[in-house]
Amino acid sequence: MDIQFTEEQELLRSSIQRLLRDQYDFEARRKIVADEQGFSHRQWAAFAELGLLAAPFAEDAGGLGGGPLSTMIIAHEFGRHLVVEPFVETVVLAGGLIERLGDTVQKQAFIPDIVDGKKIWTLAWTEKGGRFDLADVTTTARRESDDYVLSGGKTAVIAAPWADYLVVSARTSGSRKDHGGVSLFVVDRRAAGVDLQSFKTIDGRRAAEISLRNVRGQLLGKEGEGLAALEACRDRAIGALCAEAVGAMGELNSATLEYSKTRKQFGTTIGSFQVLQHRMVDMFIAHQEALSLMQHLNLSISGGEAGLSRLASGAKTKIGYAAKFVADQAVQLHGGMGMTDELNVGHYFKRISSINIQFGDPAFHVLRYARFGAAA
Amino acid sequence: MELALSPEDAAFRDEVRAFIAENYPAEMRVPNPETDLTKEQSLLWHRILHKKGWIAPLWPKEYGGPGWSITRRFIFEQETSRAGTLPPLAFSVTMVGPVIYTFGNEAQKKKFLPRILSGEDWWCQGYSEPGSGSDLATVRTKAVRDGDHYIVNGHKTWTTLAQHADWIFCLVRTDPNAKPQSGISFLLIDMKSPGVTVRPIITIDGSHEVNDVFLENVRVPAENLIGEENKGWTYAKFLLGNERTSMAGIGRSTRYINKLKQIVEAEVPSDDPMHLDFQREIALVELDVLALEATELRVVAQMARGIDPGPAASLFKIRGTEIFQRITELTHRAIGSCGLALREQPVSANHFMPGHEYGHTAAEKYLNSRKLSIYGGSNEIQRNIIAKAVLGL
Repeated sequence: MDIQFTEEQELLRSSIQRLLRDQYDFEARRKIVADEQGFSHRQWAAFAELGLLAAPFAEDAGGLGGGPLSTMIIAHEFGRHLVVEPFVETVVLAGGLIERLGDTVQKQAFIPDIVDGKKIWTLAWTEKGGRFDLADVTTTARRESDDYVLSGGKTAVIAAPWADYLVVSARTSGSRKDHGGVSLFVVDRRAAGVDLQSFKTIDGRRAAEISLRNVRGQLLGKEGEGLAALEACRDRAIGALCAEAVGAMGELNSATLEYSKTRKQFGTTIGSFQVLQHRMVDMFIAHQEALSLMQHLNLSISGGEAGLSRLASGAKTKIGYAAKFVADQAVQLHGGMGMTDELNVGHYFKRISSINIQFGDPAFHVLRYARFGAAA
Repeated sequence: MELALSPEDAAFRDEVRAFIAENYPAEMRVPNPETDLTKEQSLLWHRILHKKGWIAPLWPKEYGGPGWSITRRFIFEQETSRAGTLPPLAFSVTMVGPVIYTFGNEAQKKKFLPRILSGEDWWCQGYSEPGSGSDLATVRTKAVRDGDHYIVNGHKTWTTLAQHADWIFCLVRTDPNAKPQSGISFLLIDMKSPGVTVRPIITIDGSHEVNDVFLENVRVPAENLIGEENKGWTYAKFLLGNERTSMAGIGRSTRYINKLKQIVEAEVPSDDPMHLDFQREIALVELDVLALEATELRVVAQMARGIDPGPAASLFKIRGTEIFQRITELTHRAIGSCGLALREQPVSANHFMPGHEYGHTAAEKYLNSRKLSIYGGSNEIQRNIIAKAVLGL
């Protein structure tokens, strides 16, 4: 159950660690976030060169065949460094859907450009009022000769302002919340009729409200296959997001422990106070448990095990609450410093808050997990 | 969730599973095995395991252990716990046995170990005293050398199942002038010795599990001293390390959650908002178990590769006990007003209990499990251990 990493996986991990240590410290990240574009093409190219954007794809699709475990390793390190570039959006979400649903022509057209870092993608599934329901889709897609024409809107689509292409969920039949009739489309973000209102996210990234007015889209997979694909995509996204959260938790714990050993009040280091020691032990335990569950989930994704989706919801819940606890306490124990923009602690806090919202918050997933249990 | 097993280990797991199914005594399947069995009944499974050679998984082969790998020990622990078997008396097999074979002399090993394995001797633990709970190093029970004997005077308390015990292993002060930790010795005392008195302590669940043990001018042969005089603290800490090993209690928690789900379905109408509330609470505790189980498997896999788990036992103790307390609390809540009733002790079929049978032990389990975060080194002490050993605070 404990992952004993293969030599290749260890190599992957240490090479990411080296790259991020050299090029992606907190100051470098601050500059990237403050830049007008909000992300770094140079970093993206470096990720591509290192093979990170190829890692999870199957070898016959032009990838390195590392699967979900390589995603976990990458996301974990990215979480530790608060990487803003859209790895999950491009590779795990859009890339994963293209690999699963795309025909040979589509795979050949899109995956090599992802792997080479030439094109950035994201997935547009959220709609206003739909909260976390993948089936809550009112955007429509109408067939017109060989193509489809999409109309509707998507909300809070992370990385959309950076993206060259979007994977968009839209209805080819049925009505809002129907499980049938959801299909997925490839849309050129610069196509006529696509309109973006961009904004900054709490964790220093970029997102957009998207309106689609008679936009040309290319069907990915078959009509009506969208929901099942989105569900599987969500499971994998959760595997990656949980790994990011666990990476962030580890950094928060180290920073807090370090601070408690140097910060003095009442004539002694605050780490000598038992109430804070016990708090940090609980933070340590929360991190250990989250790490175990992260590995368990990603091994299950890797093995395509039955009951995977329930487990994904369970992990999103448990790791979400654990990460929130650690983030809350890290800020609290840093006192006023934890509130400052200058220190990285608040930025980890915001990253965890953002992760907890994406693809459903812990409160949503605990009920989803419970309903699976009732059905079993 | 399963450990990835080799074909040999998987076959071993199947063997254990089949052995339990075929051999676990039906008369030990009572509503609450911890309170409802006589001493003789509770030893039935012990004797069956002894005959099979499986009574002491932890022990080296030369002393009568089965010589299992870490993985097999874990499999055995997992299977017996999932099946809800009553574990053999920990004070004998898990606690004093390893102290004797690690620090005892040949005569002591020869005298005591076989009787521990067979279940002939029932041991209890003389650690806590009225003034020494978490701060164990302050024990005041005195042992004064008198020729070939020690004369022991003192008062031990919270002594679990001392009413059944043949022997007690005690921490006693042999050097009153030394620093607290360095004047303690580890002494084995026959419970039939003149001057030993056992007084029951009834706990809030109504059960008689723990006792006061009074020691008045008890003459103990000096040959019953373990290791060196005044080195007892070392042996005591070694023993406490063993005490905390299998405290994650995944199998037990999983069984109790399954029972809790059935009770909620039977007791709470599905259109009642409380039904959703229970589902949510159950899901949360189920996820706590899942995360702890994944952690336990991770640690076992690491240990099998020779990696020192550090104070993982403290983590398991903290989380395992918190989780089980939560489950018993939810179960007690689930039976609603019937939670007002408490079974009378000693248990008898003649006592009336309201409500369905599935709820009859809910109140006593809820009350009894409050002890879990206190005994075996309170959860606060466990946090101190992690703070020091892992966090370096």
